[in-house]
Amino acid sequence: MPENAARSLGRMFHLISGAIEAEKDHLSELDGVIGDADHGITMSIGFMAVNATLARLDMETSTPAAVLSIAASAFLNAVGASTGPLYATGLQRASQALADSCELGPVNQAAMIAAIARGIRDRGKSQRGDKTMLDAWLPAAEAAQTAIDTGGGLTMMWQQAIAAADSGACSTRSMIAAKGRAARVGARSLGHIDPGAASAVIILRAMGRTFCPQQATIRVVSSVS
Amino acid sequence: MATKKIINKGDDAVDEMLDGILDAHADTVMRLDSNKRSIVSRNGPRKGKVGLVIGGGSGHEPSFLGFVGKGLADAAAIGNVFASPPPDPIIECTKAVDGGAGVLYMYGNYAGDVMNFDMAAEMVAMDDIEVRTVLSTDDIASAPLNEKHKRRGVAGNFFIFKAAGAACDKMLSLDECERIARKANDRTYTVGVALSPCSLPQTRKWNFEMGDDEMEIGMGIHGEPGMSREPLQTADDITDRIIDKIFGEMAPAKGDRVAVLVNSLGSTPLMELYIMNRRVHQRLRERGVEVHKTWVGTYCSSLEMAGASITLMHLDDELTGMIDHPCDCAMFSVK
Repeated sequence: MPENAARSLGRMFHLISGAIEAEKDHLSELDGVIGDADHGITMSIGFMAVNATLARLDMETSTPAAVLSIAASAFLNAVGASTGPLYATGLQRASQALADSCELGPVNQAAMIAAIARGIRDRGKSQRGDKTMLDAWLPAAEAAQTAIDTGGGLTMMWQQAIAAADSGACSTRSMIAAKGRAARVGARSLGHIDPGAASAVIILRAMGRTFCPQQATIRVVSSVS
Repeated sequence: MATKKIINKGDDAVDEMLDGILDAHADTVMRLDSNKRSIVSRNGPRKGKVGLVIGGGSGHEPSFLGFVGKGLADAAAIGNVFASPPPDPIIECTKAVDGGAGVLYMYGNYAGDVMNFDMAAEMVAMDDIEVRTVLSTDDIASAPLNEKHKRRGVAGNFFIFKAAGAACDKMLSLDECERIARKANDRTYTVGVALSPCSLPQTRKWNFEMGDDEMEIGMGIHGEPGMSREPLQTADDITDRIIDKIFGEMAPAKGDRVAVLVNSLGSTPLMELYIMNRRVHQRLRERGVEVHKTWVGTYCSSLEMAGASITLMHLDDELTGMIDHPCDCAMFSVK
């Protein structure tokens, strides 16, 4: 029997949490160079809270929209910081985007990526090139949509989304931060990858692993982590 | 190797600290049942008074909750270490201190705090509570004057919140409280110097590296890089650098009055703070500036970071009245 959509999302948040946990120290080190060294901890606290909350939810009767909305407030209230409002708004938008859906096919997965990216952009009032997590999320959303539009399958969609996120995150190395705490460092942020963009890649990879059975064969060479 | 801290589990540090603070200061503050990260003054909030809600990340104690009490802030929303509180504790603080005259939000200018407090303000607006926000931007080393809106709020919060809290306690209108808060921020100037890094309870790793013989002028209270990294200088030279920077912007005239705060970032002892304070007073005397009041100690820390900051508030009669107004907080009082 195929897994229901809510359960897939539950599994997705588990995989994200595990991936963040594995990279926690690395993310905090990236943040230590240009910020306040707490990014790995913040992301870890947030996704652990999401999992703890979702564990109490009856996935059999839940819609994808409900799971995403509950995840949004669990993340927000565990974290605060700047990642709290950003990811909470992103997940809330994803919940709205999937409001009428009970399934999570490639089209809805692409819509979810796009909604998260839009929510982060609106809440943070940022744009591409500001050296933030958007430099990974926006290219990923575009690449996923392009793959769908050109008739690419599930594997191709995730492969291209992750590749776009990865190269977007790497491009933050040559950017001067315009938003967030790193903006105060100005030109000294040059040469360093934005930790928020790096964690976005980790999240997207975990999402890809959730939905893409061929993920093991997806080869995107990462230069982020 | 992990840094040495007297803690239990890193993840429990903030809540266990709050337990201890409530055990010590139950006469002045309490924790809301609706949110364990909402700390409210027992005697401050009352009908017709503008409520003052402050807040921010933990790790800066006695900021922010140490300044909750009659005559100063009515409530503080507590975040994780170096992380803004989420909207929920801010919302609960707001409801608890609302006396029908509006609520003032005051906190340091950081992207995360702005987003969370703004989300909270949007939510309480639905309950018909009018909220105004005044961000503190006293760290003059964190951005040039023409980008003042990008500056961080640091130890100068102490003076800025004090002035606003007094205005609220005097039962002034929301418009007046906001005006005084903005004026207090405009006239408060801070520059810090860091000598060694701090470490978060969860990582127990130094959050930046600094050579044995180095210092950094202008470093932020979360270890954000400052203006320049250079060899450690003497107390007088460091103090002169900071005072020159502040005078450059404040431009005090002969006969002007200031309030002085010499603040430890965590592990720098009083001995060193008073040596700095000696030089601050020498420089102010030379310039013909009168010192109205001086505070020396730990008012806005950065965990165990070594270093200090100097804040001058450029007083006028109104702000002098606000600074002298009595307050009775958990970790600070003016009789």
